[in-house]
Amino acid sequence: MTATIPDSLEESKYKKVTDLNPEEEIAPGSALCAGCGGLEGMRLAMKVLGENTLTCNAAGCFTLISVYPFTPLKGSWLYTTMSGPVPAAQGVRDALDIRMHKHGLPEKEDLQVIVVAGDGSTNDMGLSPTSAAIHRNLDFIYFCYDNEAYGNTGFQQSGASPLGSHTMTSPDTPEHPAGSERTKKDLFGIWMAHNPPYIATVSPREPIDLSNKFKKAKAMKGPRLFICLSPCPTGWGFDPKDTHLIAKLAVDTGIFPIKEFVDGKVTHTKRPHKRLPVEKYLERQKRFHHLFAPKRRDDIIAQIQSNVDAYWEQYDE
Amino acid sequence: MELTGKKQIMLTGNKAAAWGARLAGVDYVPAFPITPQTEIVETLSQWFADGHMHGKYTNMDSEHSMFMAAGAAAASGVRVFTASSSQGILYGLEALHTIAGWRVPLVLVNVSRALATPITLEPDHNDVLSLRDTGIIQLHAETAQEVFDYILMAYRIAEDPEVCLPVLVNLDGFYLSFTREPVVIPDEAEVREFLPLFKPSQPVFQASEPMARASAVFGGGNYSYFKIQHHLAAQNVVNIYRKITQEFSDRFGRFYDAVERYRLDDAEYVFVMSNSFATKGKAAVQHLRKNGIKAGLLKLSLLRPFPSQIIAEALAQRPKVAVIDQNLAPGMGGILYPEILKAVYRREDRPQHLLSVIGGLGGRDIRAGDFMNILQRLDEEPGDDPLFLFDEKDLKQFDQLRQIAGFSREARVQ
Repeated sequence: MTATIPDSLEESKYKKVTDLNPEEEIAPGSALCAGCGGLEGMRLAMKVLGENTLTCNAAGCFTLISVYPFTPLKGSWLYTTMSGPVPAAQGVRDALDIRMHKHGLPEKEDLQVIVVAGDGSTNDMGLSPTSAAIHRNLDFIYFCYDNEAYGNTGFQQSGASPLGSHTMTSPDTPEHPAGSERTKKDLFGIWMAHNPPYIATVSPREPIDLSNKFKKAKAMKGPRLFICLSPCPTGWGFDPKDTHLIAKLAVDTGIFPIKEFVDGKVTHTKRPHKRLPVEKYLERQKRFHHLFAPKRRDDIIAQIQSNVDAYWEQYDE
Repeated sequence: MELTGKKQIMLTGNKAAAWGARLAGVDYVPAFPITPQTEIVETLSQWFADGHMHGKYTNMDSEHSMFMAAGAAAASGVRVFTASSSQGILYGLEALHTIAGWRVPLVLVNVSRALATPITLEPDHNDVLSLRDTGIIQLHAETAQEVFDYILMAYRIAEDPEVCLPVLVNLDGFYLSFTREPVVIPDEAEVREFLPLFKPSQPVFQASEPMARASAVFGGGNYSYFKIQHHLAAQNVVNIYRKITQEFSDRFGRFYDAVERYRLDDAEYVFVMSNSFATKGKAAVQHLRKNGIKAGLLKLSLLRPFPSQIIAEALAQRPKVAVIDQNLAPGMGGILYPEILKAVYRREDRPQHLLSVIGGLGGRDIRAGDFMNILQRLDEEPGDDPLFLFDEKDLKQFDQLRQIAGFSREARVQ
């Protein structure tokens, strides 16, 4: 499917942080953890998307965004189930379309329907309903906060857990020195195979890139995915003040490629010029601690490095 | 087919359900096929496609997704209908609990089919009774006319500001879903007077009314508040049902109480039944009456909320009552039996013998001989064990089947 991007968008691109919308669509003071990278990503996203939104939420960390009788959102919120936010988005979208076309609801009452889900819901039980919704060309924005495990239940392995990560259900042991032994599912590629109008990866450490991508996506229709790398102080094991540093290292080491898919083409929008060694990223997180002590596991670190190198070799300029 | 005004036409139970949704002026149908329900969604799909119905029909990817979409659409201000059966109900169970808690009005039809394992096609009520504790209102239909009428009444119940809950209309697979019966289909204008187009009684999602729904709740007390509210809303239906059925009767001439008392007044023996097999029970009552035996039947129609008081009154001074559960909770027995027992327990004039009968599992017929066996058991001293309607004839059939496949009779699994 081809996406139409108006020329005016190019001209109105955000260039510096002070260009961003000073209004907040998410008020401070939710029950989420200090230093949550995912919440920072969503905060930036909502600044672009504005208040005429309805967020369908999957069971996960972000369930704690709205705890009765509070909501920090200016827009609407619907808690669903772990695999149900996308079909719920379908129901809302269909209902608003029916009311506008059949019952004369003014267009100004329309809502941008957003799904917010963690990587567990997204890669695992929510994937089948999502695939179906992309196939139906559902007009919605999917925001996946990817903290690479089931975070809200205390950090268990998900389809997005990376090679070498200790999780509570992929512990590192002498028999399983890596902890998590599989690489992340290629969610970007899974969506790409459905050929939706827009897919992007974003980082809370790259607010300009993130905001421009949401601005671009906002002007489109159909299924649009954002995978937001979400450094997780409690699960990954780092000080909440270092969220931005961890997010930066994920990009600078090339572990988390910042890219977009539009008009059938993948573009890396924040390409690390000289990639740092992956261990610069790994060594700062408790979940990878077993790769460095008591005995340094050069074999596993080298495998992670080689996976990153192999990824980027595909896109050598 | 065009609407030709108030007339009787031959419809299957499934087609009657589709007509109910059509004349209810449904805006939205999220759907997924499953035997024996598929005819309903196929019919609605055709009607949306050819312009007899207006709004949207969306093919969903599972029953779980279907119920989520249904609930979310109802929360967004349109009149929603959907249908499922059996395994589909189970697959969507999480979503059904969820949307019931959302307190959204919509109507769903379940076409009863026994549950796996073993996988099968014919009906019993373990599927619909798995929704017993969801807080979804349940109406169980015996005939195609009831299916149609209940759907219209169901929207009135669901959308009542004192209720705001999904309502389920149940019909038996095969015995009713695929059986053609005469059904009176009223004029659309006449239906609209009874059931006006949807005007939500609670806020719905739209830009000018931002709201958070179904937010997390912490603390058992806060949680209890919402659950008890849900219970009270469901309880409200007992009285609201009476009002709505009276209005329906005044307009259309067919009256439905929460239970049907079939020849109960002087009955010494009573069969408590529901759904299409109640017709078999009524035939048995007629046969017994001809032979001078004072039999009667209590048909359960409104199953949630459970009309305990109405049932207790209907069974008062009826000495011998058999509750025929077309379901089985292994290790416990019939699911409805303890509910009936609870309903009559406190009354001095309760039945002296309340027998639990398990029959009709997986569509197993309930035959004239079975009713005679029930009568015989009712004349004996009450015991604890349920009476299973499974006899030598069934066993012989089972053995014959196995012999065809080369098993010996001795090798039968005990």
